[in-house]
Amino acid sequence: MALSRRLAPVALLALVLAVLAGCGGASDSISGTDAGTTGGTSLSLVAYSTPQVVYDEVVPAFEKTPEGKGTSFKTSFGASGEQSRAVEAGLPADVVSFSIEPDITRLVKDGIVAPDWASTPTKGLVNTSLVTFVVRKGNPKNIHTWQDLLKSGVQVLTPNPFSSGSAKWNLLAAYGQASGKGKNPQAGLAYVKELLTQHVKVQDKSARDALQSFVNGNGDVLLSYESEAITAQKKGQKVDYVTPSDTIRIDIPIAVTKTSKHPVQAKAFLAYALSAPAQQVFANWGYRPINKGILLANASTFPVPSGLFTIDQLGGWTKLNAELFDVDKGSIAKIENDAGVSTSK
Amino acid sequence: MMTTRRSTKYGLRFIALAYLAILLFVPVGLILYRTLEPGLNHVWQEITTPAAVHAFWLTIEVTLIAVPLNTVLGILAALVLTRSNFRGKALMDTVIDLPFAISPIVVGLSLIFVYGQTGWFGSDLADAGIQVIFSVPGIVLATIFVTLPFVVREVVPVLIEVGDEQEQAAATLGASRWQTFRRITLPSIRWGVAYGVVLSTARAIGEFGAVSVVSGKISGQTETMTLLVEKRYGNFNVSGAYAASALLAVIALITLLGMTVLNPRKDPS
Amino acid sequence: MSTPSISFARLGRRKPSTKAYVAGRPGPLAVGVVMLWLSVIVLLPLSAVVVKSLDGGVGEFWDAVSNPQAVAALKFTLIVSLIVTAVNAVIGTLIAWVLVRDDFPGKRLVNALIDLPFALPTIVAGITLLALYGHGSPVGIDIAFTQAAVAFALLFVTLPFVVRSVQPVLIELDTDMEEAAASLGANGRTIFRRIVLPNLSPAILGGCALAFARAVGEFGSIVLISGNIPFHTQVASVYVYKQLESDSPISAAAVSVVLLLLSLAVLLGIRLLGRFTSR
Repeated sequence: MALSRRLAPVALLALVLAVLAGCGGASDSISGTDAGTTGGTSLSLVAYSTPQVVYDEVVPAFEKTPEGKGTSFKTSFGASGEQSRAVEAGLPADVVSFSIEPDITRLVKDGIVAPDWASTPTKGLVNTSLVTFVVRKGNPKNIHTWQDLLKSGVQVLTPNPFSSGSAKWNLLAAYGQASGKGKNPQAGLAYVKELLTQHVKVQDKSARDALQSFVNGNGDVLLSYESEAITAQKKGQKVDYVTPSDTIRIDIPIAVTKTSKHPVQAKAFLAYALSAPAQQVFANWGYRPINKGILLANASTFPVPSGLFTIDQLGGWTKLNAELFDVDKGSIAKIENDAGVSTSK
Repeated sequence: MMTTRRSTKYGLRFIALAYLAILLFVPVGLILYRTLEPGLNHVWQEITTPAAVHAFWLTIEVTLIAVPLNTVLGILAALVLTRSNFRGKALMDTVIDLPFAISPIVVGLSLIFVYGQTGWFGSDLADAGIQVIFSVPGIVLATIFVTLPFVVREVVPVLIEVGDEQEQAAATLGASRWQTFRRITLPSIRWGVAYGVVLSTARAIGEFGAVSVVSGKISGQTETMTLLVEKRYGNFNVSGAYAASALLAVIALITLLGMTVLNPRKDPS
Repeated sequence: MSTPSISFARLGRRKPSTKAYVAGRPGPLAVGVVMLWLSVIVLLPLSAVVVKSLDGGVGEFWDAVSNPQAVAALKFTLIVSLIVTAVNAVIGTLIAWVLVRDDFPGKRLVNALIDLPFALPTIVAGITLLALYGHGSPVGIDIAFTQAAVAFALLFVTLPFVVRSVQPVLIELDTDMEEAAASLGANGRTIFRRIVLPNLSPAILGGCALAFARAVGEFGSIVLISGNIPFHTQVASVYVYKQLESDSPISAAAVSVVLLLLSLAVLLGIRLLGRFTSR
């Protein structure tokens, strides 16, 4: 049989499989039924590492709404910085949600996201959370305060702030509480330096990787989102969490892209994510809803710490990103560099 | 045959089996146990979620492109290496071996440097609207790279062993090159080819590192089965990770069967 | 699986033809096609890595490569791979010996399972090893996040190479010499050392080359169980991955080049060793 005859059926099969592989939605939850429309509008959601559990429910629910009819979603989750850079480098996206604002503003510079993305009633946010201490069940090392993290022998896990948005929040919380909400930068930096050089041995790429590492037995305490702690518990992991009274409110942004081929559906999805049913899903997994009504309804799960502060109180992202995290001039970048950790733009 | 003392024989056997038990049997047994623990129904559900079905077909699709290509070209390369004389044969030999010596991460990296947006062909591809990185073509290229040597390496020794007398005879009798290949060469190397195909398939299905780098991990689009396993594990869906792993392991076992049956140098006992 | 590099002595020994292209043999077109294939698939991307690594000049290349974390990762990778290869040389030969010269119930199953680490995706191996020998281990062994864990994962994935290289040679081995030596009064150990081993050593070294090459680049099975702790359990492939993900492609490329050169150097060393011992 000539070579071409032998290859033709294979090529045909490959084509069929390509079509098959490209069809339908991509939910990975057993319970979530998938609209799975073939040939419908295909939208792409690119997000940071942790909220997959939420979107695995929200996306199929959206696909059942009248606005969502005929849509199917492809989703990609990973470290916030990494995902943002991937979108910048060509990863197709209709809706993006990262864990820090700079990962969205990076895309504004490239014209991928509109400059007025944050001029919405929720200021561009989809949910909030807090920086919390995730500890082993029963809190055997008795960790309750930021000072406890500096106790001799305590091993702290936090991701690399140059790939993970969560890590920046962690360090901002550490910095904020030690510097009296920004009034004493020296003290703040001194705390961060001691934390990073004496107590943090490895910095994983993303919040989820760090949680994974912690759950697998690494370290004594993990700095992470409150939502991660609650999700882990819901998934049966034996962890507890302690929220210090002085901590930062984590603001999670979401935006549609200008490069989206289906702006109407993309905006509809965003609106749905902010609606009550979707926000309740967020709350179920431990993410503080931005929808005030739903937040109130779940108030028992989400107590407000007495010393809560926000990024704006510390000076806002632009200022802090430049002062602390700038690869060449930032103070925390310098600390990381001295400790031998890789940094990037 | 060298007669080994009884005690040495049992000693060696013990060491071999103990090593294999700790390293191989127990871990594999555990995986099987953990996978089946929640029940077959649960396993079935986990491997039929939309994301899992996509991942499965994507993995198959990529394998069905990469392996035949490398088979055809592998046979050609083997013929060229053993039956032709030309300058640069040693270089060709080394280049064919390179995929063995390169970390899959570096493979992924190299593809990004060529086909990525800031890569050598980046702007040209963007102008043509072709997406390689973060899309299926990138995964295919990575898989072709890592499975390149297998068929060649299995066919070459067979070609050397078999020799070319018959082929030369056929040529003197007037057979064309294609006829010679089809009627004489191909049948003699078919078991080598089959074994090489099985090895390439196993490698293609299991590829993780290179694909990690180039795929973008878009669930339902560029997420292969191995990436799905990683994702599920990271989402604490351990039973889901095991279920997908079990599917891969079953495919691995079938491939293993193929390898044992087709091994050109079978153990006579 | 055959050994990677054909010795050209073997290729040449078979009726060397003086004509470049003989009737019935693949012609220049075939050669061209293969060269094109290899260039596009392998050489083009690899050269991109080399070029990219020098994108910032030799200075930046050197900075990237002399970064303490990079050096530590490369050193650790090299050392652990060499150790694993050495262990494989010994235990792999032993296992091959047992599989060929011994017989016991279940041998065929054991023989078939040797190929499993090769057929199993690396990430699955990683999860499995972590489940078994990490936190919450059912057998009470927790070596996760240690250098031992890395070695263990590498031993797993490199298991088949030496075994499968040595087996066919052992099967083909002519036992006359062994019997002759035995009849002259040599004991088992001497026979093995003086007669069997020299015949096996090319195969052992070939398998070692494959095992080493695999170990040095391994990623999927290590990335979970090692914890990727810098200066401790972080291997070169993970370091390169991190550099890439942190948007430092030049650094990633530079370290990759060094890693490749180091592995090629060791492979060359193994090949030379083979040539030396076969004298």
